Amino acid sequence: MCDQTFVAITFGPCDNCAKTKPLMNIYLNNEVINYCSLCVELMACQGLEKGETVAKLKKETEALKVKLEVERNKLHDTELHKLAEKVEAVGQLNIRARRVLKGHANKVLCMDWCTDKRRLVSSSQDGKLIVWDAFTTNKEHAVSMPSTWVMACAYSPSGCAVAAGGLDNKCSVYPLSLDKNENLAAKRKPVAMHTNYVSHCTFTNSDLQVLTSSGDGTCALWDVESAQLLQSFHSHTADVLSLDMGPSETSNTFVSGGCDKKAKLWDMRSGQNVQSFETHESDVNCVKFYPNGDAFATASDDATCRFFDLRADREVAVFSKDSVMFGASSVDFSLSGRLLFAGYNDYTINIWDVLKAERVSILFGHDNRVSTVRVSPDGSAFCSASWDNTLRVWA
Amino acid sequence: MTIRNVHDCGQRHRPRVACLKKVEALVLEMQDPTSGVKSQTQRLVITTIPHALTGEDVVAWIAKRFNVDAAEGCAIGTMMVAFGYIYPLRDHKRLILKSDASLYRFQTPYFWPAQQWPVEDTDYAIYLAKRNIRKNGVLELHEQEQYNNLHKWLNHKWDFIVMQAKEQYRAGKERKKPDRVVFDCQERAYWVVHRPPPGSVSAMDLGLLRLIDPNQEESETSDYFRRIIIFTEQCIMRPRVKSSVSLGANPWLTDDPAYWDLNSLTIDNPTRMRVERWTFSFGELLSDPRGRDGFRLFLKKEFSSENLAFWEACEAVKWGTASTIHEKAQQIYKTFLARGAPRWINIDGKTMEVTVRGLKHPHRYVLDAAQTHIYMLMKKDKYGRYLKSPVYMDYQRRATDPEAHNFTETQLAQNAKNRRPSLSPIILRQQEEEQQAKLEASGPVDLTQVMSKLDKRNMLKEGQK
Repeated sequence: MCDQTFVAITFGPCDNCAKTKPLMNIYLNNEVINYCSLCVELMACQGLEKGETVAKLKKETEALKVKLEVERNKLHDTELHKLAEKVEAVGQLNIRARRVLKGHANKVLCMDWCTDKRRLVSSSQDGKLIVWDAFTTNKEHAVSMPSTWVMACAYSPSGCAVAAGGLDNKCSVYPLSLDKNENLAAKRKPVAMHTNYVSHCTFTNSDLQVLTSSGDGTCALWDVESAQLLQSFHSHTADVLSLDMGPSETSNTFVSGGCDKKAKLWDMRSGQNVQSFETHESDVNCVKFYPNGDAFATASDDATCRFFDLRADREVAVFSKDSVMFGASSVDFSLSGRLLFAGYNDYTINIWDVLKAERVSILFGHDNRVSTVRVSPDGSAFCSASWDNTLRVWA
Repeated sequence: MTIRNVHDCGQRHRPRVACLKKVEALVLEMQDPTSGVKSQTQRLVITTIPHALTGEDVVAWIAKRFNVDAAEGCAIGTMMVAFGYIYPLRDHKRLILKSDASLYRFQTPYFWPAQQWPVEDTDYAIYLAKRNIRKNGVLELHEQEQYNNLHKWLNHKWDFIVMQAKEQYRAGKERKKPDRVVFDCQERAYWVVHRPPPGSVSAMDLGLLRLIDPNQEESETSDYFRRIIIFTEQCIMRPRVKSSVSLGANPWLTDDPAYWDLNSLTIDNPTRMRVERWTFSFGELLSDPRGRDGFRLFLKKEFSSENLAFWEACEAVKWGTASTIHEKAQQIYKTFLARGAPRWINIDGKTMEVTVRGLKHPHRYVLDAAQTHIYMLMKKDKYGRYLKSPVYMDYQRRATDPEAHNFTETQLAQNAKNRRPSLSPIILRQQEEEQQAKLEASGPVDLTQVMSKLDKRNMLKEGQK
């Protein structure tokens, strides 16, 4: 939540076409204008005017980018890890696998914890969705999805429904029931419809809205009850692989990462791409907010995880090491935000100290790629899902 | 004609594994005659073949190079074997690095995985045919199946395949024995990596391929630049800013869910750590239901509970179903914003004007400006006072201190046996909804009643002193 009370007109008459629509407040030549998104698009596509050439436009963008870097560097007085030199090092961690959840017949692609801290849902390549009580390792529900490669699954905040999507280009919500014999697949409710595979989905602060990201390059916000598209987010130029909503209940933003090597911050109200970070050298596989909502971390195929500060608008740390050569597929923060857990394609999980940008520990145990790593809601454990068909809970 | 049944955007040719460049650089370092891994000769019946390495030497070299421990060195080595940069001489089908005296050899760069040409089925067929020629019946079961399949699919060029196989076999015979053995091993290793036996983990398995072609450049037209210009201008104009207590026994370690029960949402006396979290920030207080309860109580005493009620109502609009927005927004206007409303909130004129105007076309975020104003009001004024209030002091006094566990080994084992399932979230939600319904049925709070109750309590306290 920003510290300034603002009165932003996000809905009203457009300065250009005068129609009453949701507005994007943008700056052009240092003046504020309120255009609707259609007028902004038209402005971007207006082609070359008299005397303009593509080369001139290219020069203008270079000049603006240099100016942006200058503005960003005005606040760059010291590196994060230098500040952290006075902080005590994280002690020896005694983390071991406490539960191994076996039951999927093929690669486990995604998992999510329930807010009760012991249940979780996992989805796999064979099209099955399983809800586990990880504490007892019992399977509580199993659902068959209509397609294989279920890459996205999420537990609703109330714990009464799960959402999943994948190669069927849709994201569907399944209300869970107490009756073990009930066929959950019959109560499936398709909510999101994309033009390509769904890579990630999450509920917002209630059971009634779902945010999805897709291989078609867009993210979208959907209303569950009516299956209506509430807002779509266009700016990525390649598959969007992951997204994460801002943590506190007062946030209206989310961050996404894609195959165009960019991580972007969005305003859910206007659909605007507010900030964009381009320092990765390869696909961004996963993005996660820092617990206080002012920063986020990303995992990428270039074998690094990076830490970005939203208020300073820059990358502040890179988590990399010589011996870590394979792409990172997933990251999550510990409850305090001091530790970053990252799952890699070389079957290991590395734990990084966020402030000092050093690796604290490495965990072995999986026999194939680690696809997802998530910390439980109270921070007491974290779960890793892997292509070796198992999930492990570590504490 | 090659049957290509996968649209791969060039990813099979140049796999989406930029990491392989680093691995290749590492392999070159390892092959350095002075600073690389020690090599020895391998003795077959009469021939000796140079440049064999032992697993333990490889692990030790990697561990020293990266300054890591042996377990990590072994993991890195295993990845190198899995990708086919190093291959085992014995037990060639298991692509792992064993940290003992088992022998390995470097794969020739011709057979490295990231080469420019795709791994064709035709080549595989030629390889299998060659092995068949050498000694009939030497193919494994899965290889035999693959061979039969290829025979069916590539029938139209089977003559070509057999001819190639015979040629290669003949050319191979003309080589010296050590070279021939080495080449056969290399080729065999290459095919174990690219056509793994069923059920084994393959490093070549990239999962679902991404849509975008990593080798394609984005076309730079005028609107590509114009978009960047618009976006960068926004970025430049944006303001920038220059941020032990006992946890209790972790249930995953003790197998005792008591810690979760102590921290449940509806508990009367929250733990000390939870109560202290409410002091970190206003957002922390609001996101914890018990925190909110306490704050609500405090506000009731100050007769400003309409602020929190308004904030909660706005949240309901934001996160609720699209169909109920209109109705909810109208309800909020009547209760909180209209002139003479029963729970009128105090916002400035500009915000009120913007909100009322927006309410003509109600949408999900129409109350955003007003909600932010009230949030800031509560944060700057009430929050600080709450933390010093008797209500909060009371919570601190009653806070529980969960102990770290002191279970013995046998008790832990017993706990592990007694793991029980917990109440389903569905049931908890039903209970919550019943409670909510009861609260609403009991009607709005009557101020006069509250006043008289407070007076009575104060009088009692005075009497007791």
